[in-house]
Amino acid sequence: MPAQEIALSVQDLSKKYDSRFAVSHATFEVPLGSICGFVGPNGAGKTTTIRMLLGLISPTGGTGQILGHSISDPDEYLKHVGAMIEGPAFYPALSGAENLHVLATLGGFSHDRVAQVLATVGLADRAQSKFKTYSLGMKQRLGIAAALLPEPKILILDEPTNGLDPEGIQEIRDLLRGLAEKGTTVFVSSHLLSELEIISDYIVMLRKGEVVFAGPIQELFEAQQPFMLVRTEHVSDLEKVIALAVADGHKAQIKSGVAHIEGPAEWAGILNKKAFEAGIVLTQLSPQMPNLEETFFEMTGDKK
Amino acid sequence: MIRVVRAEWRKLRRPTLFLGTIGAALFFTGLFTSLLFLLIDSPNGNSDPSNPISREMLASSRGSVIGFSNVGGLLGIIAYCVFAAQTAQEYTYGTLRNLLVRQPGRLRLLAGKLISMKLFALVMVLISGVVSVALAYFLAPGAKVERTLWFTADGWSQIIHTYVNVSISVVGFGILGMIMGLLLRSPISSIAIGVLWILIIENLLGAVKSSTLDWLPGNQLNVIAMGGTPQVSYSHGMTFAAIYIGVGALVASVLFSRRDVAN
Repeated sequence: MPAQEIALSVQDLSKKYDSRFAVSHATFEVPLGSICGFVGPNGAGKTTTIRMLLGLISPTGGTGQILGHSISDPDEYLKHVGAMIEGPAFYPALSGAENLHVLATLGGFSHDRVAQVLATVGLADRAQSKFKTYSLGMKQRLGIAAALLPEPKILILDEPTNGLDPEGIQEIRDLLRGLAEKGTTVFVSSHLLSELEIISDYIVMLRKGEVVFAGPIQELFEAQQPFMLVRTEHVSDLEKVIALAVADGHKAQIKSGVAHIEGPAEWAGILNKKAFEAGIVLTQLSPQMPNLEETFFEMTGDKK
Repeated sequence: MIRVVRAEWRKLRRPTLFLGTIGAALFFTGLFTSLLFLLIDSPNGNSDPSNPISREMLASSRGSVIGFSNVGGLLGIIAYCVFAAQTAQEYTYGTLRNLLVRQPGRLRLLAGKLISMKLFALVMVLISGVVSVALAYFLAPGAKVERTLWFTADGWSQIIHTYVNVSISVVGFGILGMIMGLLLRSPISSIAIGVLWILIIENLLGAVKSSTLDWLPGNQLNVIAMGGTPQVSYSHGMTFAAIYIGVGALVASVLFSRRDVAN
């Protein structure tokens, strides 16, 4: 990828605590203007990586660049970065608006932005309420509003939908899509893989501190085998269906009373014909594409 | 830097903190100043038994600010608590990460916070000073204290000197609070340990062995506020306080600039 098209990149980035690597030799790039999902289970090293990108934690090894500047020089790029790290953190005795005014003053941003971002996240009517009176969802929205203050070129959000109701999650998704359409690069972490699958066009997958995939989400899915779910009238016939699939060179197994058979959708017709000829009645034959969660478990070898 | 100062001031000016702090400062100022005059003929004395304040002393050119200089130590403890809480709360609330994203220069952030808190302390000292002198002025006739020397050229010079000394002392206490807040990263721990040390442990050590008063940090700052005491000279107090604060500030700054922000 040409350097001018990269929003952020890390090479061999590591953070070691005592003898344990929280992040181990991570290497990935995120293109400008993309929504990049940063996925991995709790404890995978997502927040540690984000903290290193923001200059809050010193890497044990490796390098990184944001908007062409080294992560060892955060003064150069943080004025163009909005971030919410590990949940919203504000002064409880100050109002939502006053908390943002503190950050706007510190960052040298226009105070007009405070009202704008509060309206963007739907908190305009509670702007003067003290932060300690906010619900979890409102606190989360204020955290996102704070991240939007600098009109960022890169928005880094760590688990932004924690505590939000389904409507709130949908609003945040729309907000992130809108920002990406205007050219903002969104780097968003979550342990909820299904959530990121919907909005991301780029994925960095982390497991136990190591990057297991980094690239366009389409590329990830294309590398995965499609499969089909098969149910039979009699449960005892499932073994026969598995035998038919294996005889045709397809991987197959039974999970929770359903046969999972790898193979393209076109092969479903052939399987249906063979099952009919063997006297098996299929009650379900559904070709599927693997989702992000299944792909993650497939790639990492972990079980759900 | 100026942005950091202004941002910190937004937090310091909130009514509960600002009015609460000024209220506490005025309470102690009023109490110390009033007792000097109201208990002037009391057999138990009107001040620290080791440093009784006579009618003649109160009538001197320094008389208007003796109460103010005596309360300097307590104003210092108030400043200690404010500086410690304002610093350590950034860790407990997790707001330090927000501040550092918006101002990555850590020493710049620290210096800006310190300047802002110093301004806060100086406002508190100024208000306390004015109230103390005004209270002394109105209580003096009732205590039969002559006040003709108070507002002569020498009297004004004493007022200004005392304001400077109390300010140095209060800011010194504040910086100690900030250092403890940075080291312990908890408002409760830094305030509890600091106040316990200054109010209880130093007094106990001083009572058991008076020579310890020559080097205990809280006492050096008290000595500065009072412009020196019969036991410890002003220059001795300044020297030792500068050493304590200098070393503490250096250690805290190095730690703050290098420590990972993981909460």
